[in-house]
Amino acid sequence: MAKPKLNLLERLYLPEILRGLLITTRHHFANLTVHILHRVGLAKGKRGAVTFQYPEDPRPVARRLRARHRLMKRPDGSTRCVACMMCETICPAHCIYIVADEHPDPRIEKRPKSFDIDLGICVMCGYCVEACPEDAIRMDTYITETSSFTREGMLLTLDDLMNHHNEDNFPKHTSS
Amino acid sequence: MSEIAHALIVTGYILSVVLTLAALLTWMERKQSALMQDRIGANRASILGFRAIGLFHIIADSLKMFLKEDFVPARGVRLFHTLAPFISAFCALAIFACIPFGPSLPLGDTTVNLWIFDSDISLLYVLALGSLGIYGIFFAGWSSHNKFAYLGAMRGAAQMLSYEIALGISLIGLIMVYGSLSLNDIVHYQGRQLFGFLPAWGVFLQPLACLIFLTAGIAESKRNPFDMPEGESEIIGYFTEYSSMKFGLFFLADFIEVVVVAALVTVLFFGGWQVPYLQADGFQLPGGTHWELAPLAVGLIQVGAFCAKLFFFCWLQLTIRWTLPRFRYDQLMRLGWQFLLPLSIANILVTGIILVCR
Ligand code: SF4
Ligand code: SF4
Repeated sequence: MAKPKLNLLERLYLPEILRGLLITTRHHFANLTVHILHRVGLAKGKRGAVTFQYPEDPRPVARRLRARHRLMKRPDGSTRCVACMMCETICPAHCIYIVADEHPDPRIEKRPKSFDIDLGICVMCGYCVEACPEDAIRMDTYITETSSFTREGMLLTLDDLMNHHNEDNFPKHTSS
Repeated sequence: MSEIAHALIVTGYILSVVLTLAALLTWMERKQSALMQDRIGANRASILGFRAIGLFHIIADSLKMFLKEDFVPARGVRLFHTLAPFISAFCALAIFACIPFGPSLPLGDTTVNLWIFDSDISLLYVLALGSLGIYGIFFAGWSSHNKFAYLGAMRGAAQMLSYEIALGISLIGLIMVYGSLSLNDIVHYQGRQLFGFLPAWGVFLQPLACLIFLTAGIAESKRNPFDMPEGESEIIGYFTEYSSMKFGLFFLADFIEVVVVAALVTVLFFGGWQVPYLQADGFQLPGGTHWELAPLAVGLIQVGAFCAKLFFFCWLQLTIRWTLPRFRYDQLMRLGWQFLLPLSIANILVTGIILVCR
């Protein structure tokens, strides 16, 4: 790459250093003023920083975001999953473990006895959602904070998948 | 008041100003850099829900430092490894002994001198202690038995030696003008006026020397545009093998050095505690206006002025640190030897010629 030619003033450093100092100082005091105005309740429309104060002030997430899984329910509250093992089969991370059981209703062949997803291994690819013939599994909880002190804590059970997500989560943080 | 009590009180005052400022700088460094880069900066440490704009991070950081394991590398030299941070911090702190933080304050029937000692060689003492600071760095690097620490120490020694020369020589022109090595005399000299209106501050008498001194001073304090010994992004530097409060002491010494440079620039080039047009009996504006003030009020204004100047130059150094990208090592050496050194020598010549022809 050709080096840009500097003229004499630029090669003297000092004027350029001063210019740089002026830029940073301007940012410093402009932001300081905005922050002070915020303290006294003024200039609400202006932002003094690009920072999002994350846990208190979550960033809007995209509608299509793939987050923690959930299992859908039938109108009677039982799971919609028919334990067809499609998701378990396609999962590239091999992190879905289903044990099938006979469904009491003779018109439905099977239901899951247990349905575990190990989020510690899951790569959030969304293939399980695509593969499901019953639209029984979705990744639209918008729960992105999954952490645990143990590996076992990362395992989602049938109960977690069906019941432990806050329905309020769904539309709130989203932007289309 | 006995001599000793007087000395202790003044020492206490100076130490509290310097250490408070140094601790505050650790916070300022984070907050100011954040503001300059449109971020928010450290604000999470809270006591009972109060965050105090991140000020509690100073406490949190020092608590963390105290509670960490004190680690000495197995093949390191324990004695020097332990000694090094003390030397660094000592050399930086001891410089403040002869810096006048204010004039003689008349308090009742005694006067309080806001400096610990004043002698004809103060300036040499400052330079000498400044150079001794190398030992802290070098012991740290050498006793760590770590290549990176050693590299950092070598760089530090080379850099400090090179810039020491430009630093010292840039001051000679100043000494020629002031005719004294006592920092107190230097500050008193700067109370005069040039052409009847311009305060006789070093920056007006020796603008080039001021620039060279500031540059070399920042290089001496080993901070960003000249942070070769540390080189966070490449070698981590001479304190690679330090943890716990030993590292904390190095860290603090770094900020104390910022205050040292700020104090020296203030005293040598920006009139120390002098306020323009403020004489011992009040303001005397060039137009002939006179505003009478009590001696104590004058003294307090001057003490405040010194603190304000000190703070301003700390701020300036932080701004420079967060604005300029760092030099490459050869650029650093070239700047020191081929640029600052000849410039400072030329400065002496020009000063000498002007003084003779005057
Ligand atoms: S998102 Fe991908 S990795 Fe995770 S469970 Fe579904 S198929 Fe497996
Ligand atoms: S693909 Fe759908 S129906 Fe089949 S096991 Fe998975 S969740 Fe259940």
